Amino acid sequence: MIRAAGAILRKDLRIELRTRESAPAMALFSLTVFVLFHFGLHRDTLDGALAAGVLWVTLLLASVLGVNRLFVAEREGGALDGILLAPIDRTAVYLAKAAALFLYLVALELVAVPAFAVLLLGPGIGPAFPELLAILLLADLGLAAVGALVSGLAAETRARDVVVPLLLLPLYVPVLIAAARATEPFLTTHPGPHGLAKWLGFMALYDTVFLLLAVAVFDFLLED
Amino acid sequence: MRTRPLYGRGLLALSIATAVVLAAAGALVAFYAPLDADQGVIQKIFYVHVPMAIVALCGFIAGGLMAIQQLRTGERKWDMRSYVAIHLSIVFGVGVLITGSLWAKRSWGHWWVWDEPVLVSFLIVFLLYCCYQPLRFSIRDPERQARYASVFAIAAGAFVPINFVAVRLAVQRVHPRVLSETGGHLPGAMRLTFLVALLGVALLFATLWKLELTSKNASEQLKRLRARLEATPLEGPAGAPPPPVTTVPARPEAT
Repeated sequence: MIRAAGAILRKDLRIELRTRESAPAMALFSLTVFVLFHFGLHRDTLDGALAAGVLWVTLLLASVLGVNRLFVAEREGGALDGILLAPIDRTAVYLAKAAALFLYLVALELVAVPAFAVLLLGPGIGPAFPELLAILLLADLGLAAVGALVSGLAAETRARDVVVPLLLLPLYVPVLIAAARATEPFLTTHPGPHGLAKWLGFMALYDTVFLLLAVAVFDFLLED
Repeated sequence: MRTRPLYGRGLLALSIATAVVLAAAGALVAFYAPLDADQGVIQKIFYVHVPMAIVALCGFIAGGLMAIQQLRTGERKWDMRSYVAIHLSIVFGVGVLITGSLWAKRSWGHWWVWDEPVLVSFLIVFLLYCCYQPLRFSIRDPERQARYASVFAIAAGAFVPINFVAVRLAVQRVHPRVLSETGGHLPGAMRLTFLVALLGVALLFATLWKLELTSKNASEQLKRLRARLEATPLEGPAGAPPPPVTTVPARPEAT
């Protein structure tokens, strides 16, 4: 199953490298949203809760683009039938899609977080780098686990582009709460006490529950 | 000749029980439960708001459990049950948000308070479940519709407790809440009233659930019979008796 998932993932990444449809669009979108926030909030620099909120809301909105396009190749080329005909476990499709989304999110953050630090953030993020990395990776895992499931759910519906954000964003609220609260103390000039362990623990719980759940139910989405 | 109803057996008894318990709950709320010293008469909305919230959340979770059953057995009736449970819970959810707003306005002075974790979690869960119907009805094939709706119901059912944990962790300052005191410190008269009201609302939910399932099953059966009637050619001389459609044994589908 791991090999099959790896093959699908390689296929997705190759398509992404050639067409550059998802990750660059997400990164560009995040930059645009930063500009929107700059004018919407009428602030040149942000810190603390406001900075964490702007950063995470932007990342979540950008991830919607990636989720929307996750099954595009399969849908448009009718390639899902081919994958379903292959003698592999259907869970491999889910794992590959979640891994692809995870990598897109990492690519997005490689652009969006430095850009945020340059464009909007008042205090520097240098000293808190390891903590931020842990928060980002755990959050990405949860976003990828839920995003791939929602993408599979919406792939066959008519109003796909409406269903994805409507379904995805409420499901992302716990991640937003945990990630924004965990990031907040590291984006202030005088960091106070932080509950990092609590929020990382919660995100780990969220990731585990939704990964297991998605692995359990994803088969039923492809049963045709 | 009085025939046994095909569908909705026990619906009458359930309706009567609901009416009796709800009437009793209304009487208890009006005449028996003491007035709250701080909040006055508005506190009585508690007997509507909290039972509805509990029943709606249980309905969402029950919808998820029925969806698991649907995926395991592949039977359509479980999908119907899950759908009706979630659909009714959404309707109850609207009531919860409205009564909660009224209560908040009266006792805290705002229509909406963000530092009340139960209310905020409920709003998020409600927003999520509002997508259930758009998702469901944008899939045409009924068999696939049932599967996709079930997957959604299961994921959303698991989301309910996780979301509560997250919101509870996020809200540091906690209001004095009546709900957290239902466990022990609620005065006896209030507790009894609350429990009767909870039972009444739960019975109301069960009755509506059964009623809607009954009507859905009956209309499906009607559709099947109509299709049969149209498929049977009407031949023979004028005035010949119509094909014996009405005696077709109904498929017993327990509701």
